[in-house]
Amino acid sequence: MDYVIEMLNITKEFPGIIANDDITLRLKQGEIHALLGENGAGKSTLMSVLFGLYQPEKGVIKVKGKEVKIRGPLDANALGIGMVHQHFKLVHNFTVLQNIVLGMETTKGGIIQMADARKKVVELSEKYNLLVDPDAIISDITVGMQQRVEILKMLYRDNDILIFDEPTAVLTPQEIDELMRIMKDLTAEGKSILFITHKLNEIKQVADRCTVLRRGKYIGTVDVADTDKEQMSEMMVGRKVNLTVEKSEAKPGEVVMEVKDLCVKSVREGHTKNVVDHVNFQVRKGEIVCIAGIDGNGQTELVHAITGIGNMSEGQILINGEDVTKKSIRYKNTHGLSHIPEDRHKHGLVLDYNLAYNLVLQQYFEPRFSKGGFLKKKEINEYADLLIEKYDIRSGQGKETITRSMSGGNQQKAIVAREIMRNPDILLAVQPTRGLDVGAIEYIHNQLVAQRDSGSAILLVSLELDEVMNLSDRILVIYEGAIVADLDPKKVTVQELGLYMAGSKRKEADHA
Amino acid sequence: MLKKKKFDYTGVLSSVFAILIGLLMGFVILLLCNPSQAVPGFFTILTGAFTHGAKGVGQVFYYSTTIILTGLSVGFAFKTGLFNIGASGQFIVGGFGAVYVGIMCKNLGSIHWVVALLTGVVLGALWGMIPGLLKAFFNVNEVISAIMMNYIGMYGVNWFVKSYKPIFNNIRNESKPVLETANIPKMGLDKLFPESSINGGFLIAVLVVILVYIVLDKTTFGYELKAVGYNRDASRYAGINEKKSIVLSMVIAGAIAGLAGACLYLAGTGKHIEIVDVIADEGFTGISVALLGLCHPIGVLFAGIFIAYLTAGGFYLQLFEFSVEIIDIIVAIIIYFSAFALMVKLILSKLEKKKGMAEQVNKTPPNDPKQERGGEEA
Repeated sequence: MDYVIEMLNITKEFPGIIANDDITLRLKQGEIHALLGENGAGKSTLMSVLFGLYQPEKGVIKVKGKEVKIRGPLDANALGIGMVHQHFKLVHNFTVLQNIVLGMETTKGGIIQMADARKKVVELSEKYNLLVDPDAIISDITVGMQQRVEILKMLYRDNDILIFDEPTAVLTPQEIDELMRIMKDLTAEGKSILFITHKLNEIKQVADRCTVLRRGKYIGTVDVADTDKEQMSEMMVGRKVNLTVEKSEAKPGEVVMEVKDLCVKSVREGHTKNVVDHVNFQVRKGEIVCIAGIDGNGQTELVHAITGIGNMSEGQILINGEDVTKKSIRYKNTHGLSHIPEDRHKHGLVLDYNLAYNLVLQQYFEPRFSKGGFLKKKEINEYADLLIEKYDIRSGQGKETITRSMSGGNQQKAIVAREIMRNPDILLAVQPTRGLDVGAIEYIHNQLVAQRDSGSAILLVSLELDEVMNLSDRILVIYEGAIVADLDPKKVTVQELGLYMAGSKRKEADHA
Repeated sequence: MLKKKKFDYTGVLSSVFAILIGLLMGFVILLLCNPSQAVPGFFTILTGAFTHGAKGVGQVFYYSTTIILTGLSVGFAFKTGLFNIGASGQFIVGGFGAVYVGIMCKNLGSIHWVVALLTGVVLGALWGMIPGLLKAFFNVNEVISAIMMNYIGMYGVNWFVKSYKPIFNNIRNESKPVLETANIPKMGLDKLFPESSINGGFLIAVLVVILVYIVLDKTTFGYELKAVGYNRDASRYAGINEKKSIVLSMVIAGAIAGLAGACLYLAGTGKHIEIVDVIADEGFTGISVALLGLCHPIGVLFAGIFIAYLTAGGFYLQLFEFSVEIIDIIVAIIIYFSAFALMVKLILSKLEKKKGMAEQVNKTPPNDPKQERGGEEA
């Protein structure tokens, strides 16, 4: 069989670290090849090498049997290599068509010729069954559609080696199925696909072969059909990983948090609809309640209203029976509320502070860490060392590391450590495992369950269906700002849940 | 991993680099203007401050007092995420407050100068507070409002001094001298540096430098101010009252700039508020000082003394038929290059990386279990 890409014995070093250590990756013509690895395993570095963003110290790259030197993305593009990034690179106020031709416009005497481009785009979208409206504005179409635009962009450039960087992170289950189908169609037409992911289900579903990296090293390449998920995760993490969360039956106690009739008005001009629409629910001691929904259905606003970061227009929030609706953020922070925020860079961390300072972000003023207005640096540092040790937070210079330089996974671990260590009555965990690898996810899930068992109430907001199904004791589905269902995870299937999330099924929430 | 943090010297190095380039360019300019006098002229810039021995040194400290304080005002605001371009306005308003009390309050005796000084501080603080309030509550960019406040301060002070007879000297079109009791005492510095204009103001400036350093680095208050400066959203998340922090940052920055004004006009060196329609340049020099000092209080102290030293030396350039403005050009070049500090930092860290890499190749065992995150975010 012919290899379209061969990356042979690639070694790429950064000071203090070998990001890629003698890695070999071979992509066959017409296959879907998964690249599996934890955060920091070196997947992105390897791809950057392929795109010429880094020059490897050792190793050669061959494209279609010929040794090549790739000096930058333009070289890669000329060789037919294209990539769909995890965060799409689209101009939001441009149309689909404009985005697709961007950078490769056909012009005649300086005037842009869209007719030919339109024809080609329409042809491509029919050929590969990627239906999009070429005149729709990007900001008006769904994330799944935007991804199709990205795929079309690659096809328009006649790329035949397609790289998908964690493409499913932002999609609903239905959209994921659709993407899997598209990927198979593409390979049927002779394209070759490199699929970067850490989701084993998806690999099982579409990939032919899978290359596993761990901590910069090449672990092996396996045929997906002959390998089960447990084996792959063991290769990836280096030890046996429990893929399902072990948890006992929940024993819900008294109500810790109650949200009554909460509404948030849209702040966008001309919008009168409520972004959060008369939401009612309770979270009890010792249970994990999950708010499931597709991104952008009011989860963020709901959480911000509860914590006080954002505004609310109506409603009431009670913690331990006390009305905290009008209380300050600090009051809530010090009266039992802990919050793992959705956006770790915006809210979770002061990136230019070191790790130790970030680990006491809500506690620096407490007598434990300060005296007479002066910080007790010794205590802060000791506390940081304790958390680093206990939660295995890895960084260059330990507690002194500026958090900006830490990897995303370790930043997240630091936040989770900080919030759990505060021993909250109610823990608001918003996408606590976003962007983390299996090992870290397992760890954080176990921590959440342990926290539940020690008597905390946990409100989990998640977009990951696996997480929702695995972890929660009760599922509230949010759609367009309203709770549309209150489900028992044991009695509902993933497909059904997907339908609720997409708004095509509705069941008035029982006011538990 | 448990190593103590290494001192990050690249910042200091880039400032030194900027100074060297600035001096070099200054020399080139001297060469262009008058080749025959360039070498002695350049020598004068470097050593002119010592022309009169201890007196000259005292003079340098005297000059530096004002710009250390305005530099500190700007640097402090920078550290908390704000650009206090309004130091000039706060400076002049603070200076006016000090002069007013210095002339009008006649029966305060030995605490007269303290009251005058504090009045300057309070007025400066008020002047800084306004942009702070606008920023915190209406999200008005502090740069714009502070520039406005500079003009309001300058014209307001001019108008008030001119129209209020008891403090106006209409012959010289400036404020009258303050009473003897309002002058800041020498605090023994005149013995160390005889005949120079140095006074207790310099010690006050040093004290404030130390105070600001402690507040920023050691206290929970400083922790909050810096956190808000770095990331307003995360601070809000953490329950810090970020509006209060922004206002207080500007109040403190204004107070320091106001103190600078008070120190200048209470120095007893014949400085008066002149009625000219020019924004006080002490505030802008403060920006230079803050940049050169990397906004660190101690850095600002040395940067202030250094620029004062150059200015003092530059004064003697006139002996060689150069104009004193050349020294402004040199200072400008230095600042220009210290603005490139980031670039220099980058070059330095690249050099270090190369060095580190060569060592690393031999050092890192292939199976190092401690190996941390890969180039994932790179």
